[in-house]
Parts: sequence; structure tokens; C-alpha cells
Amino acid sequence: MRIRVGHLYPDYLNIYADRGNIAVLRRRAAERGHELVVEAIGIGDPLRAGEHDLLYVGGGQDREQAAIAGDLAGRREQIAEAVDHGAALLAVCGGYQLLGRGYRGRDGSFMPGAGLFPHETVAGETRMIGDVLLECELDPGHARPLAGFENHAGRTLLDQGAQPLGRVVHGFGNDGESGFEGCRVGRALGTYLHGPLLPRNPWLADWLLAQALAHATGNAPLELSPLSDALEAEAFRVAAGRARARGGRR
Amino acid sequence: MSVRLELETLAARAVGTASRAAGRGGGTTLPGKLLWKVDPGAVDALAARLSSGVGLVSATNGKTTTTAMAASILGVQQRLAWNRAGANLLSGIASALVAGKGAELGLFEVDEAALPEAIARTHPRAISLGNLFRDQLDRYGELEILAEKWREAVAALPSAATLVVNGDDPVVADLADGRTNAIRFGLDDHRHARPALQHAADSKYCVRCGTPYEYAAAYVGHLGDYRCPSCGHARPPLDVVAREIELVGLTGSRFRLEAPTGAIQVELRLPGLYNVYNAAAASSLAFALGASPATVRDGLEKFSAAFGRFERIATGTKTIIVLLIKNPAAANEALRTLETGVPPVLVVALNDGIADGQDVSWIWDVDFEPLLPHVGRVIASGSRAAELGLRLAYGGLPEERLEVVPELEQALDRGLELVEAGTDLVVLPTYTAMLALRGILTQRRLVKPYWDGSRR
Repeated sequence: MRIRVGHLYPDYLNIYADRGNIAVLRRRAAERGHELVVEAIGIGDPLRAGEHDLLYVGGGQDREQAAIAGDLAGRREQIAEAVDHGAALLAVCGGYQLLGRGYRGRDGSFMPGAGLFPHETVAGETRMIGDVLLECELDPGHARPLAGFENHAGRTLLDQGAQPLGRVVHGFGNDGESGFEGCRVGRALGTYLHGPLLPRNPWLADWLLAQALAHATGNAPLELSPLSDALEAEAFRVAAGRARARGGRR
Repeated sequence: MSVRLELETLAARAVGTASRAAGRGGGTTLPGKLLWKVDPGAVDALAARLSSGVGLVSATNGKTTTTAMAASILGVQQRLAWNRAGANLLSGIASALVAGKGAELGLFEVDEAALPEAIARTHPRAISLGNLFRDQLDRYGELEILAEKWREAVAALPSAATLVVNGDDPVVADLADGRTNAIRFGLDDHRHARPALQHAADSKYCVRCGTPYEYAAAYVGHLGDYRCPSCGHARPPLDVVAREIELVGLTGSRFRLEAPTGAIQVELRLPGLYNVYNAAAASSLAFALGASPATVRDGLEKFSAAFGRFERIATGTKTIIVLLIKNPAAANEALRTLETGVPPVLVVALNDGIADGQDVSWIWDVDFEPLLPHVGRVIASGSRAAELGLRLAYGGLPEERLEVVPELEQALDRGLELVEAGTDLVVLPTYTAMLALRGILTQRRLVKPYWDGSRR
């Protein structure tokens, strides 16, 4: 099966090793006999709903994010439609912020986002930096941990009733106060966690691939065959230990 | 010198001696930390006593090497106060000032974030700014924030001070825009240009208008001969230029260095294009501080290596080659020097201490891929060995050629066991792994402890 990935602005948003996440998806798809076809979508390139099974948006430095923010905000309808129709999406850090309603700067300015996630981000005084451990329940009754690294000045405030990606066990999370991290809308996930996120959290990579395959086939998501993830498990163990020992305190 | 300062200096010096005597490491920052705590103004006073003034060096990559090269050039005719072991915060500078009894010239490498304060306190005669790459985002924040700090610090410089900038780095070169008392250095040899900007290239966008630069030649990361196709902002004319560059694998390089005061032919005993940049930066700083082209050539040619940056250590029939990797740009260049002769066995050690960067995601921005098909075995080591192993595995290294050995000493011995007699074992450590490695090699009496390591 071909899994079509739309990678938004890879030239601009690549700061926290976003290519690591793509490499993990590609390899884990291949090991199950699927081919990941990644299309780079730059400023002004067309993005048509239905053409991608998975969209990926990484993070960038302020300058790079400002350069693509307008273009991304202009894709509000296509992104909403794609996710409505069951496309999977992963947005990390800057991409996660820019897919919300917008970003309010300390000077009162407001940079509108693409409005997929029901949240708003407000510039903070200090950065929230450190290792993070989350507990996620993407499939009801099946709680799984996620370990990553966060580095953000923005405080992301979820709307009432919005679904977070997970509960913060160690670290700051969305705003350092709510105890929640990330956001989920259908098969779309946004998070501050990088590291990159997927190598040490292979279950999430497989979850995204299963959703993308479900979109490609039109069937319900199926569990993928297990791989031997010994090294992945060890990397997770160390990263989770770091979050316990030195994750940000609220 | 005031009585108080005299007493403080004596006390601080005693602490350094006591620290070494107690076997507690080099005492490189302890005396300075003490002095810095008791009386920060002492740095100003001690720096002001230096009859030939102060030269500062900052950059993301190459600070220690550039400063050591400048010391090799300038230390012949003058007594130096120099933070040779890389303790580059204000406390480290304080220590070097304390230790540099009778010094005439101060040569200090400065942490990027500490540069504004170092400038304010030491009133340098010349500053060399080498490059800005993404580095330890968890510690320094974004590149743009640092650049802004530098902009403010440089704007406050008196016009008598010479600003040395890398003309090949758009953001750094821009710091000297419009300044008369400036030296712009760079490389000019298109044969060494990369076919494309590397994945992790920073500062790809015009500092004036944000359009991506076009490169006539990109040498190291985003360093090169750039021009904005939209507004025309381009690399400034260079004052000090390295041309006709010949790279000789892991051994060294040869190049012609042209400066307003004359041209010299240089044989450098350090590998890689990035060390040509370091040499150009050190030369420019030395020119600013009054050195002649002949002095510069002699200083560069007798220079071997700065602390832990590139070392060859003989151990029985095998040689250990250590190349420090600390961020994507530095690691990419270290790997590039290996491309001409890929070593059969590679030990890579990734630690995640504060000095390494607690966020290890940067290893994904390192282009390991070109090397992986050719290397026989990679031993992933360090406190984040598994993470590194994943990076290499997902980068295409077959499982049977990867070994994960977190404990550094075991990894080193495994590597030595795997290489044949008469060949090299290449070790690529992050900063604290490099310190640990030196500790192991010191215990085995293969290298000298670092506080007297680079004295000849």
C-alpha cells in the first residue's frame, strides 16, 4: 500500500529533527510492506484534500515560522477538510502552535493560525524547557506513555472541552499549569514534544501509520504487526528516566 | 594595582593550585569563580592592566581552536593570559587573568551568550566573531536571539576596536555592516563548495528581506559566497581570504592566505575546511593585534591542535583519533573529513549533560548517511547510546554493524579490539564524553592531564 504524506514547509520547519520522525514512519511502513511517499509542500504549492493520508508539520525558529505563517493560515479549509475526511496529521512544536487559532505576542500582536486545533497560544515570559513524560489514551482503555523534550515560550491554552494529547506526568506541557499536553482532533495530533518524538515512541508512529492506512483504504484502523523494538524501548526507558529526574516542574 | 585586588588575586591563585594539588581537576574555573563571586569588578581591573590589551573570540564552532591558533601566533612575542582549556564564561576569563601573572596580552574565547558582558568588562582591542550555527537550543535559545545580543554588544564597541567577522556567514558579516574598523575574512575556492546546502543549514534567508540566498559556493553549513536574488544583499568584499585550498585527508591542509599586508602560503596540521576558517579567523585577529604575515604563518604552521578538538593518541600499535562533535555543523564537518578515508570502526559517544545539550534531537540533523554504507562497525556509546543507535539504524546502518555500548571505557576497548594493528580508531565524542575520554586516557597515561596538556 502507498501511504501519501504531505510534509509542509520542510525547508522552513525542521528545527527539532523533524526528518527523524519522517524516517521512522518510512522505515516502519516499509517493514510492514507499505511505501511512504513524501511530498514536500512549500509556500504557494497546492494542497488538495484527499491527496494525502498523513500531513506533517514540524517546528522552526521564529523567523522561519513567521515566513510561512500566512501561507499556512490560508490553508485553513483544506486542512480542516482533510482531517474531517479521516487524514492523519502530526504537528510538532511550532507547527502545533500555528495550527491553532493564533499566537498572541507580548506586544499584543496577533498572528492568526490555521484554526484546526481549538486553542490559542500566548507568548510567555520564560521558556519551558526540559524532558517530558505523558500518559496518553488515544484508544479508549489503552493508556500508553510518551517521552519527549519540550522547548517553548508560548503557553497554549486549550478551549473548554478540547481533547489533549495526554496528561503530563513530568514536565510542563501546554501551559505549565493545566497538566495537559498537546491536542487531538480526530486523527490529527499536535504536541510540543520533539526529541524527535517517534524514534523512542514507536507505538505512536504505528498509531499514525494505522490511521493513515485507514484513510488510504477507507477501512477502520487495523493494528500493525509488531516489530522488535528493543533499542526503541531502551531509548524510551532512558528518556522517561530523564523526565522523572529533571523534567520541568509546575 | 590596589591592595584589595592584589590580595584577591593571590587568594584565587592559591585556590587554583590547591585544586590541582587535591587532584580535583584543572582548577581552570575555580579560582575565577571565587574571584568572580567576591568581586566581579576585578575582571575589569585585571584586564585593564594588560599592556597590549585584550582580544576576544566567539563563535558557535571553533572558539577554542581559533583562540589557540591566535595564541600560537601572538604568544611568541608576548606573554599571554589565555583560557586555553575552554573555560569561556566570565569566571573562566577571571581565572585566566588570575593565572596570567605578568601577562601583556589577553586572549579569551567567550561563550556566545557571555559575549556582551565580556566586551563590557574587558574593553577588547579586537574581537573575532566566527559563525552562528544552531546549537543547544535548550540552553541558548534560538540563533536569532543570540544574533540580536551580539548586534547590541557590537553597536556599543568604541570605533577604535577592530571587529573581525566571518564575511561568509550572512548574519555575522552583517554585524560589521558600515563599520570602518573591521576585517572581513572568508574562503574563496569553488572546488570545495558543497553541491547543495546541507539539511541543517541555518541562516538560509536574506538578513534584509527574508528571500532564500543563492550560493555561488557553500563551504561549511550556510557559510559561503551568498547573494540574495531579490534585494542583492551579498557577501561583502573580503579583507583576508583563503584561496587555493588543498585538503589532505585527516592530516591537514595547505592554502594561500591573502591579507592587505601581504600573502602567505600556509601548511596547517589540522584537517578540514572548518579549520581553514578557524585559521582565517585567528589570522585576522592577529593582524588586528599587529602581527605580521610572517608571524602569522609561523604561528599557524607550528600549531597542532587545541584541547580535545582533534587529537591523535598513540596506544600501542593502534592510534586513537578524537574529533569533537557538539552540534550538527561541527559534526557534519568532522564526518566530512572522514569521507575520503572512511575508518573501519567508529566509536560515537553521545552524552546529554548540560554542556552537551540535554536535548539530543540535534543528532538527527547530522548527516551520518553518506558514511554509513562504508563503515564496518559503529559503536554507539554515552548516556544516550540507545538514542544514537536508533539514529544510526534509521539512517540505514544494518543491525549487524551496530553495537550499543553505553559505558565509554568499554566502548573504547571494544573499538580498540576491533581495529587491526597499524590502523586508526576514530572516536567522535560530545563535549562531556570528550572530557571523560581524556580522563580514561589520562589514567592510562596516554595523554597528559588537561591543565598542562597544551603547553609545549
